[in-house]
Amino acid sequence: MATETSGATLESDDTARQERIKQLKRGARSFAQNRLSVVGLLMVLTLVFAAIFAPFIAPYPEDAGAGVNFDRANEPPSIDHPMGTDTTGRDILSRILFGSRLSLMMGAVVLTIAISIGVTLGLIAGYLGGWVNTVIMRVTDIFLAIPPTLLAMAVVAATGASLVNVMIAIAFSWWSWYARLVQGEVLSIKEDEFIESSRALGSSWLRTTFKEILPNVVSPITVKATLDMGFVILVGAGLSFLGLGAQPPTPTWGAMIAQGRNYVTSYWWIAVFPGLAISFAVLGFNFIGDGLRDVFDVDVN
Amino acid sequence: MSYVDYLVRRALQSVPVIFGLSVLIFFISRVVPGDPVRLALGPEASQQQVEALRAEMGLDQPLPMQYVDWLVGVVQGDWGMSLRTNNNVFSDIVARLPATLELTVLTLFFAVLLAIPFGVVAGTNKDHWQDHVSRITALFGVSMPRFWVAIVLQIIFVVTLGLLPLSGRLSDGVAPPPAVTHLYLVDSLIAGQFGTFVDAVKHLILPVFALGLATLAQVMRLIRSDMIDEQRKDYVLAAQAYGLPNNLIEYKYMLRNAFTSSLTVVGLSFGFLLGNAFLVEIVFAWPGMARYGVNAILYQDFNAIVGVTIVVGVGFVTANFVVDLLYGYLDPRVRMEEE
Repeated sequence: MATETSGATLESDDTARQERIKQLKRGARSFAQNRLSVVGLLMVLTLVFAAIFAPFIAPYPEDAGAGVNFDRANEPPSIDHPMGTDTTGRDILSRILFGSRLSLMMGAVVLTIAISIGVTLGLIAGYLGGWVNTVIMRVTDIFLAIPPTLLAMAVVAATGASLVNVMIAIAFSWWSWYARLVQGEVLSIKEDEFIESSRALGSSWLRTTFKEILPNVVSPITVKATLDMGFVILVGAGLSFLGLGAQPPTPTWGAMIAQGRNYVTSYWWIAVFPGLAISFAVLGFNFIGDGLRDVFDVDVN
Repeated sequence: MSYVDYLVRRALQSVPVIFGLSVLIFFISRVVPGDPVRLALGPEASQQQVEALRAEMGLDQPLPMQYVDWLVGVVQGDWGMSLRTNNNVFSDIVARLPATLELTVLTLFFAVLLAIPFGVVAGTNKDHWQDHVSRITALFGVSMPRFWVAIVLQIIFVVTLGLLPLSGRLSDGVAPPPAVTHLYLVDSLIAGQFGTFVDAVKHLILPVFALGLATLAQVMRLIRSDMIDEQRKDYVLAAQAYGLPNNLIEYKYMLRNAFTSSLTVVGLSFGFLLGNAFLVEIVFAWPGMARYGVNAILYQDFNAIVGVTIVVGVGFVTANFVVDLLYGYLDPRVRMEEE
């Protein structure tokens, strides 16, 4: 009996896998046909490349720190300094390249934490039901109802300005959407026959979760997380613009804009190029997310 | 369910959100930063002094009691003193709120007003050039940081072209209009001071544009996709079969439905707008609440931080409440669903 069951599962696993591979291929093809998403992918790859190889491709890698070169301060864009230099003579292009590391890391760390919290709470609420579900979902509703920028600002205000605190603060205000999604999914298929039958066959709830429930939420989470990468980078840039993120001389894009803001009347390049970098990064993720949304045909609003 | 029932029920739904928000803010302001008594007295204070002040501030009470005390104070307008301005936080905020309201409400109004025609044109020309242009514009609009757009606008329109003022609500030497609503646009019209009105408008153009671009983009895309959904419905086919002109079908029948379902997101995007108003106000030295809040954060002025968070949170909840009221009014099915 036991062998029969596992045989049957194996066979259905095989067809399921083939079906999934077929779907992936179809998805990849329609993704490739969407020009915007391919452009987005190239943009993000450029960004990742810049982040990894910043020390090698930056023309003045030492300018990522607190270097002072007053003899070449506030130089407009030139061949030597394609994006000009800032008020203490540091090469802006070099600082932007190093800044990509912080932005990408921030997005990745924040979303990893937020998705872990959201998925875990959603699973617990959906499975246990009853008052646990009510409590978790009420809290989720409250978090959904508060603008993330505001909540993150309040948390940073209370905990003090630093890169780690900013990441915790944004993650803390970002998990609710994922919790609601996963809880809804668990509720909607908890009573389905295939879940019941797999449980009747002795499958543990952990196994059911990984085999039956998580695959169903992977596509909306992927789409939402791709779009969120851009938004987290934006919120993070806003907080470091206010001086709440990583402290100087760390080259964050937001802090670079804040420095340049005081010189818009004389040295426009100091504020303009870091902002272009932020827009480039966010646009890249949005292009991909927009394409993925069409591929998976999911609504993430 | 009658509209009044719906209204009451929806208002009651806001209560737990406000309650949760207040608990959250209380928690963040009281528990996270550490011991305020130690902070106030410094490391040299004796144990006796610490305990005396703790009792005086009510901090020896259990947390739930402290929360109730705090909430009662907040409701009565006792929001504590600001460490930076030495005023009551409540009066500080009341003095700055109108400037922020003028900016954010006007921004939301123009963003939605412009999003409607753009969204309809994109939606009714799906996959044509109008749609592509709108898609790319929208993606750019949501991807550029609003505070940076603000700076770029300053560089173009103020520094280079010299067309508009750099910052503030009014030019130097222009006196604020007699205060009635504290909204300069309204007050200057009431007083008949058209020069002041024009000056206030000039100061609003760049902040409104910088703040509204992303909201415009979001709402436009929503209206577009809702218009596309509407096109598939039978009543559109029927109207076309009757030979009704396309403009009438699009703007009178489809838009009403499409706009209704986009409305809830308008409420949500108001939250992002409020958060970003903090940044845009800084760039334009706008004398609003956001700048007050940012300074509070930088100076660790806790009472002020809590005050600003409450006001913005309540503003956000209220905006969503208003949106839901409109939603229930425009679409009776929403009211029926809850029965």
